[in-house]
Amino acid sequence: MNTRGLRSQLKDTVAVTGLCPQAGAYGVQDTLRKGFTSVKNELLPSHPLELSEKNFQLNQDKMNFATLRNIQGLHAPLKLQMEYRAARQIQRLPFLQSSNIALDTLRGSDEYIGFEDILNGKNVVGTHMR
Amino acid sequence: MATLSVCQIPSSGFSFDYCKRNALLEAEITKLGFNAPAARKTGTTICGLVFKDGVILGADTRATEGMVVADKNCSKIHYISPNIYCCGAGTAADTEMTTQIISSNLELHSLSTGRLPRVATANRMLKQMLFRYQGYIGAALVLGGVDCMGPHLYSIYPHGSTDKLPYVTMGSGSLAAMAVFEDRYKPDMEEEVAKQLVRDAIAAGIFNDLGSGSNIDLCVITKSKVDYLRPHDEANKKGVRAGSYRYKHGTTGVLTKTVVPLDLEVLEETVQTMDTS
Repeated sequence: MNTRGLRSQLKDTVAVTGLCPQAGAYGVQDTLRKGFTSVKNELLPSHPLELSEKNFQLNQDKMNFATLRNIQGLHAPLKLQMEYRAARQIQRLPFLQSSNIALDTLRGSDEYIGFEDILNGKNVVGTHMR
Repeated sequence: MATLSVCQIPSSGFSFDYCKRNALLEAEITKLGFNAPAARKTGTTICGLVFKDGVILGADTRATEGMVVADKNCSKIHYISPNIYCCGAGTAADTEMTTQIISSNLELHSLSTGRLPRVATANRMLKQMLFRYQGYIGAALVLGGVDCMGPHLYSIYPHGSTDKLPYVTMGSGSLAAMAVFEDRYKPDMEEEVAKQLVRDAIAAGIFNDLGSGSNIDLCVITKSKVDYLRPHDEANKKGVRAGSYRYKHGTTGVLTKTVVPLDLEVLEETVQTMDTS
């Protein structure tokens, strides 16, 4: 397993020197969730599926584009990626979360229900707004 | 602040935040001599068989949680689409959620194509999902149905491999059920003979395997109809008590009786309307 650059794969944060390397949201070690500090804790993923799930959509896209290129030629993935880029740019105001409806339609994920649609904290009984 | 993080929406789907903590806790608990809570499994006997007009799926109805029976009459034959049903063995929550997700996706897909869904489509969707999670979703399934190309039967393992066969068994009682199938299966059987064979295979699993028990459910799928027989046969009936063990009124003599009235006064009365919309 390639451990070089593994830390950058696991985390989306840039570590600031001088502070605890495993800082959570408030700058201190999140002992309850992440356990005690250790180098091994930081470099290795906490679950074998963590990395594969993080990059799943990217890898799927890469594979699909490569297949498309082999079948139809370079123009097909090129045009599609241009459309994805254009759809990704349709956003709301800077601090608002976009619904990504154009992107979903392009990807075909508007007709697909996965775990991300169920396990998103919104379907818990009794948490609806009045 | 302390770290510069990419501004992200909270991620949905599986979260691996607590994995390290859980591993630590489990190690600590085992040191003290206790066991971590076990997931509810359906240590099971499920089987399926292709007969002349269609497919018959059979299952027992016991769900276990470690060494205790958690549910004496659980339903293991799940609906996928009007012409496709799926039996599930393994972790109960995993089989339940997986079959529900695939059922929803298959419904969306069939609305998009405008046709009755095919069993091969359901099989492909299931195997791709189970392989994606590398066997961590503990769902062993027997998928059967009748579509435009005839009756089909698949067995799907938790890691994502599938087999297309005329008769399959899964679960902890699969060996007992397979023994019955191997002895008496013939291609192109009649419906009644096939139902009896599936019933006997599940009964073999019930009586010879600790993880299977209670009743036998059957699901007969043909081109024109689906018969969901629940329960088809109650193999393990709870015994009826032979005598009555209740004490008659007046068995214990009353010696004294004291009545103490409690003086309570109403201090405050509030009405809270219920939202019954």
